[in-house]
Amino acid sequence: MKAFEYAAPLYEADVLELLSAEPGTTEILAGGTDLIGLMKKMIITPDRVVNIKEVASLGGIERDSLGVTIGAVTTLDDILESPDLDDYPALKQAIRCINSPQIQAQGTIGGELCQRPRCWYFRQGDGLLAQAGRLVAEGENRYHAILGNLGPAKFVHASRLAPALLAVEASVRIIGPGPEDETIMPLADFFRTPRHERQREHVLEPNQLLTHILLPPVDGFTSASYEVRHGEGPDYPLVAAAAALRTTGGLVTQANVVMGHVAPVPWLSASAAEALLGRPVNEATARAAGEAALVSATPLSGNGYKVKLARVAVQRAVLLAAGLETGGF
Amino acid sequence: MAQYSWPKRGTASLIGTEQDRIDGLPKATGMAKYAYDINAPEMLFAKLLGSPHAHCRIKSIDTSAAEKVRGVKAVKTMKEPGNEIRWQGDHIACVAAESEGAAAEGVAAIKVDYELLDVFVNEEDLEAAERAGRAQPLKPDIKTPNEPGDDDDEDEFYNMEFDRLFSEAAVVVEGYYGVPVISHMCLEPHGSTCEWNSDKLLAHLSTQNVSGTASQFGDPLGITADDVTVHCDYIGGGFGSKFAADAWGVIAAQIAKETGRPVKLMLDRDLELKIAGIRPSGFIKVKAGADSEGKVTVWDSRHWGTAGPGAPGNVGHGIIPYVFNPPSIRRQQIPILTDTGPHRAWRAPGHPQACAMSQTAYDDIAAKLGIDSYDVFLRNLPKPSTPEQAHRDEIYRGEMEVAARLMDWKAKWHPHGKGNAKGSIVTGLGMALHTWGGSAHNSTCIIKVHPDGGVETFLGSQDLGPGTRTVIAMVVAETFGLPISAVKVNIGSSRYPASGPSGGSTTVGGVSESNRRGSQDALEQLFALVAKKLQVEPASLEAKKGRIQVQGEPSKGLSWKEACSLLGMKPLEVQGKYERGAEPSPLSSIQVGGVQMAEVAVDRDTGVVKMKKYVAVQDMGLIINRKTAASQIYGAVIMGIAYALFEERIMDPKTGAYVNCETGDYKLARLGDVGEIVVELYEPDSEYKRGVVGLGEPPVISPGAAISNAVANALGVRVPVLPLTPKRVLEALEEGRA
Amino acid sequence: MQDHEHLERHQPGFSRRAFLRGSGAAAAATALATGPGVAEADEQKTKVVGPGPTKIKLTVNGKPHDLEVEPRMTLLEALRYKLDLTGAKPVSDDGSSGASTVIIDGKPLSAESTLAIDCVNKKIQTVESLGGSKPDPVAKAFVHQDAMQCGFCTPGFVVAVRHFLDKHPKATEAEIRAGLNGNLCRCGTYANVIMAALEVVKGGK
Repeated sequence: MKAFEYAAPLYEADVLELLSAEPGTTEILAGGTDLIGLMKKMIITPDRVVNIKEVASLGGIERDSLGVTIGAVTTLDDILESPDLDDYPALKQAIRCINSPQIQAQGTIGGELCQRPRCWYFRQGDGLLAQAGRLVAEGENRYHAILGNLGPAKFVHASRLAPALLAVEASVRIIGPGPEDETIMPLADFFRTPRHERQREHVLEPNQLLTHILLPPVDGFTSASYEVRHGEGPDYPLVAAAAALRTTGGLVTQANVVMGHVAPVPWLSASAAEALLGRPVNEATARAAGEAALVSATPLSGNGYKVKLARVAVQRAVLLAAGLETGGF
Repeated sequence: MAQYSWPKRGTASLIGTEQDRIDGLPKATGMAKYAYDINAPEMLFAKLLGSPHAHCRIKSIDTSAAEKVRGVKAVKTMKEPGNEIRWQGDHIACVAAESEGAAAEGVAAIKVDYELLDVFVNEEDLEAAERAGRAQPLKPDIKTPNEPGDDDDEDEFYNMEFDRLFSEAAVVVEGYYGVPVISHMCLEPHGSTCEWNSDKLLAHLSTQNVSGTASQFGDPLGITADDVTVHCDYIGGGFGSKFAADAWGVIAAQIAKETGRPVKLMLDRDLELKIAGIRPSGFIKVKAGADSEGKVTVWDSRHWGTAGPGAPGNVGHGIIPYVFNPPSIRRQQIPILTDTGPHRAWRAPGHPQACAMSQTAYDDIAAKLGIDSYDVFLRNLPKPSTPEQAHRDEIYRGEMEVAARLMDWKAKWHPHGKGNAKGSIVTGLGMALHTWGGSAHNSTCIIKVHPDGGVETFLGSQDLGPGTRTVIAMVVAETFGLPISAVKVNIGSSRYPASGPSGGSTTVGGVSESNRRGSQDALEQLFALVAKKLQVEPASLEAKKGRIQVQGEPSKGLSWKEACSLLGMKPLEVQGKYERGAEPSPLSSIQVGGVQMAEVAVDRDTGVVKMKKYVAVQDMGLIINRKTAASQIYGAVIMGIAYALFEERIMDPKTGAYVNCETGDYKLARLGDVGEIVVELYEPDSEYKRGVVGLGEPPVISPGAAISNAVANALGVRVPVLPLTPKRVLEALEEGRA
Repeated sequence: MQDHEHLERHQPGFSRRAFLRGSGAAAAATALATGPGVAEADEQKTKVVGPGPTKIKLTVNGKPHDLEVEPRMTLLEALRYKLDLTGAKPVSDDGSSGASTVIIDGKPLSAESTLAIDCVNKKIQTVESLGGSKPDPVAKAFVHQDAMQCGFCTPGFVVAVRHFLDKHPKATEAEIRAGLNGNLCRCGTYANVIMAALEVVKGGK
């Protein structure tokens, strides 16, 4: 690990002051499960690490008429245990899938959304876009992207909570670079596919901070997450999906379907939603949603199986959101 | 000299009982000190620079920037310009620093120029290997009832003979099966903490070979082994990969000497996986013919795989097909040389691969005939071929019956692919069986009985995990009629009498041999003293419940302490020594076997396989500690579930990089993955009488085949290559449909 | 082509929510109440330390220790090399093995992916606190059920089981199988760990 300066400010404004505009020179420390390992491997080598866990305003869960606000450093186990989030089963199911009490206790929601991709080329120092994507395309890509992978980015976004949060239409609050700068944006706009190595997988500048995740009131939404996992433990899923549905008279009036671990960003599928609108949720319509979600899939040399898995994940997430039997284990 | 023997069955007070490990609490509470845990004052932390490229030549190495990194105290190169690198991670240089962080920073600052050379790592693709000149086929090994005549062209004769045999078979199966390379993945990586006391080296080495590694340090350091002490109280996993001091042990000692400060060098996880040993892969193309009952009459196979850059270590043809012995066999082995880290022994070398490459074909014969796999396995049981195996077919038959009962096989079995599906979930059963040697290794101990009654034993052995200390304590305590707590066991130092390395399932046999012999001899000497005092015949005495007494007459005797006081001022020291010889030993033997059955559930829509139940029936001769013996089997089964369902080395085909070389990427089974496991220790009188036979390796052999067979039974389709990942299951289903 | 970009933007009314900007009195009070960490609450500017060694105090198993650490030193390195508490083991770097599990302020965390300097003012409990003359029932159950072979993963597992059973003292076997997947074992002691956890639930021995 490269030696670095360290600070643990108490206020949001102080965090901003400590961050540099230059990519790679400062890093934000929340739970640390991802950052510390990457720093040990010298993949990330900041000059300064800013620990944001001491900023009181970044912690905790608050519920009011506008919905629920979750501070960025709130740990996953605290979210899991919060009765304020019982109406968002997709979120809690996604956390349960991170099947390690240690990582649930240590990981924070902000860190979970900002964690770096698991792409093994990236983690061995080949860069996020590893030789403009050639290394992945011609190499071992069994866990890589099947959608949105025509550019140099072929990794899959690592976040396991993003599909659930996107399905329930979360927003995020971002501050900086200036002390008065504050933006609230839909989470869908937060993620982006990087085009060059200096870009990250989200829109934050190096001196901006994700402070809160904002969930609108459930307002009739039922939601669910489904991950296809090889085995137990904290391992990342092969594919994941989350669905949130509103129904009237047994027919779907609104549907948000989001896939995880299929693309460099969490993948919102309007086609899947469309396949459900105006119809009842059942085995056939859920299957149709899964089919629709993957119509434009472009699998790589070794990950065609993920197309089938993603269809199944969507199908099961939709059925689960409607309170129906999903099949499977 | 005493006639060495074990207590008659039913008369032992400790042998064959369930005993807690005597070092259990130190292990469970973090007090046990592994090589990684040894901290010496002023200690430096060392790390290796491993080659980022799989095949290259070093053009230059520049360490100047590394030397300037704050905290770095020493930088040593281990390769020179011009040297060829044959696998990713191979050690190039070593940096020692005041902290782990500084050492890593130093390693990153070393600049090396490489000339890249052609890379070949694709072990599964035989044709690609042949094209690349990396395949080294051996001569086929052939056995048929009819032999070619003097005038026959051999190849032509055998081709015709095999054609004839296949044409006469009621059923012919052609199959492809495979097991990729896996890594040892010892949780405590390879390494040591080395410290010097003037010109003497103390190496705290993580090793399964305490008595055999001192001279490996001595030679390269220009000293002799008498100036080296290798010490290892606890070892965090070895599985066959930790027999040597290794280049990284020697460099740690060298830097410690040059800096005058102790040095700790434990491999980083990625290097542990890349350079510290792998299990060779095995892929096979089989054509097998059988009669209408499933009895295999003819076997024709070619198998290949890699053990790294050299050919030795690959799965030999002698164990193909595995355990079974059909009348006609043609088998060819083709080692493939790859630019990958070299192999090391991995728990039952060759056997797990051979089992998974051949007992799968036997199961496919059952599938093709639509008959119960159990019956096919039963009909193909081999006839005894060696004296040690005299009852082997009977034992297998007995173990199959027990296993089937525990699994409820008959009630649960269904023809392949014909079970009742519950939605997308199908279930299936599979079995496999295995064999192993497990003879005792050479072992010497010193048994010391103090005049105040204290008892200890010394030997240069180690506890790889089977509970070596506890086994030794049980053997000595049993012999002396004392409780286990009365025996102090000293192992883990090369200063103690030499005992064998822990490999090949030889340790429990070896240490039981030396300690039983030594303590029986010591007891004989004590009996002589006590007999004299009591005016009785030594032969009339027994050691029981803390007393030495006339057999069956507790009143006529002395307490252990009183008896020991007869030694006078000097402790009694007796050497216990066992050396493998031509004569069979009354205390240990060779050859064990076992039968295992798996029940799985598979989600046909996702390809996810879940273990429902696993039954392992195992013989091991005479059992010393039933508790730790059972643990060995539980552990082997779980390790087997890992390589059957989860783990494999994944290589980038172009660069030869080992891409899943971190803990989070190298998938292993977790606690929730293992299902219900039932272990049965099979110990009929015939086996008890044979004495101790090693157990560590055999139960890890069958799971690959048993689980693959269960998945094939569930799906009605063979998933040819382990591990049975969702990707492979879905691809096999896809192909099965096509 | 990018399917996800077509989703109708849903703009919730969150911009009206009042966020603490961290400059008001209320924020300062909250921060003080939760403890100031390394930074000094009464200073205007946050203290920046390192990259060289800096003095910290760690409270481990109830005992305070004054240490000098570089900010990059992990808690695992501090425990093992500064305090010679070697029960927590280095197996992974990212918490995926659970071998370095310690309890920090009541939560099971991986010392390998936690900075030592981040643990100031926190209560750290290591596996060593479960030993001594009166070993914890979990440690005893591990011995009794032989839930160890090489033993390298065992201390981390003991801590994880202790924490799990504190939270779920009446855990069923199914809950144990579902809830203890943060720890990795290579020798294959899981079956025995399950039996050990069940033994503690049933009152131990």
